[in-house]
Amino acid sequence: MAAPGALATFDVAAIRSQFPALDQLVHGKPLVYLDNAATTQKPQVVIDAIRRYYEHDNANIHRGVHALSERASKMYEDAREDVRAFINARSTTEVVFTRNTTEGINIVACAWGDENVAAGDEILITAMEHHSNIVPWQQLCKRSGAILKVAPIDDRGALIVEAFEQLLGPRTKMVAMTQLSNALGTVVPVAELTTKAHAVGATVLVDGSQAAYHFATDVQALNCDFFVFTGHKVYGPTGIGVLYGKEAILEATPPFMGGGDMIGSVTFEESTWNVLPYKFEAGTPHISGPIGLAAAIRFVRGIGFDSIHAHESALLAYATERISAMPGVTIIGTAPVKASVISFVMDGIHPHDIGTIVDREGVAVRTGHHCAQPVMDRFGIPATARASLAMYNTTADIDTLVRALARVQEVMG
Amino acid sequence: MSDLTELYQEVILDHNRRPRNFGALADATHRANGHNPLCGDKLTLALHIEGDRIINVMFDGSGCAISKASASLMTDAIKGHTVAEAETLFDAFHLMVTTPISDPIDESQIGKLAVFSGVREFPARVKCASLAWHTLKAALSGAQVAKTE
Repeated sequence: MAAPGALATFDVAAIRSQFPALDQLVHGKPLVYLDNAATTQKPQVVIDAIRRYYEHDNANIHRGVHALSERASKMYEDAREDVRAFINARSTTEVVFTRNTTEGINIVACAWGDENVAAGDEILITAMEHHSNIVPWQQLCKRSGAILKVAPIDDRGALIVEAFEQLLGPRTKMVAMTQLSNALGTVVPVAELTTKAHAVGATVLVDGSQAAYHFATDVQALNCDFFVFTGHKVYGPTGIGVLYGKEAILEATPPFMGGGDMIGSVTFEESTWNVLPYKFEAGTPHISGPIGLAAAIRFVRGIGFDSIHAHESALLAYATERISAMPGVTIIGTAPVKASVISFVMDGIHPHDIGTIVDREGVAVRTGHHCAQPVMDRFGIPATARASLAMYNTTADIDTLVRALARVQEVMG
Repeated sequence: MSDLTELYQEVILDHNRRPRNFGALADATHRANGHNPLCGDKLTLALHIEGDRIINVMFDGSGCAISKASASLMTDAIKGHTVAEAETLFDAFHLMVTTPISDPIDESQIGKLAVFSGVREFPARVKCASLAWHTLKAALSGAQVAKTE
């Protein structure tokens, strides 16, 4: 089998050399890191940016008049501009820093949801959501008396768009959907679905947690009302996420948490709220987080999503072909449009055993339900093993995985 | 590679392929569900106890080779024995899987179950080996649910 030719202009060796963690032995074997849907490795520029901040610029932001505080504040706000450009938001007022995707969804479900969702209203999600895009809506339904509706997926793991449309109605207040399934790799046509949701007057949240490191995000083109993603999957640090919201909607939404930084003025009788986006950023934030994330964003933009996407698509096709050619291995999630993720099961072998054995070959994959238990139930399986690709993976990584899977079959007899 | 074959010993693979005492138990007097939320392993343990003796025991559910083989070997080990003996075995098993890898295992107490000593090399898998035992403890104490995570 020939290696895909589309990779000619993409110097994956040069890219790999930027990621120090990739260069190590695990159980005496070179690391093959295929757990990118859980978190990606960090390029040196990200590690350096965080280190530099703590070595030179560390101070609290937005309040000091001294030099370090001014520098830290500027770095923090410059990072917001990098994020704005990354997702093509109209303004930095629409970019709220959070801890992660989960926190972003919870802010919307609580602050926006409690204000806008009432008994009998409906919230529509899809059958392939991560628990983080299910549970906050269930909690909102419990608080408000609203009803959670779930748009089904077919046997390939693709969303059944007609069924989604039938579930939309005048009571639909919120449509919350992933752009890319972490358990199946399905790409969801969120722009098209957003148009349909808006036609019935629903507000739309797109969970871009998985998508944001595989293809360029344009929140204006998607036209969604909220977009959430997390820094640690776009090669940035953990503990930093982003909630994008259209300005008018964020303006009309009450704050989620009260405290310092989010206020205009405070007396014991009453407080007023700060302007956007600070209204949603109570307390001292994770200052080095956006700084590290901005370094990651500049790194990714420097390579360009066109090349990244071409490389990863060719690699996904190669991996799909090699893995599905193995006897006794079945890929779960075969939607026509996919990215990055190959979830699979092996005849008579539990995914946990797969994970342990390939780890001894230096191969890191994820095993389990991937925080998507309803997806596992849909396919009637307890768990899968999952290989997920990033820009630094190679056809050699896939070859090693395939060899390791053969080793699994050998060990398990 | 040796630690892998240490983990997946032939006895374990055999009990994974052909689990003993696998299925439902109609006249159970004690029952508990074990669940490892981290990996989705689920098992139901049902015991028929008369006086202080475990007359019969069966398990059902889905899990990895380690958790399935552990449940299979456990049921074999406690069937026909007293509750007190089963509890002693629980303690011995627990001690074995939590003994540092550098220390020897006291095989006199544990017998055939010593095949699980290799799990100590795989910290993420200790829970798999322990699930059946925690479920047993829950069933004997009258609790309905055991969890390892």
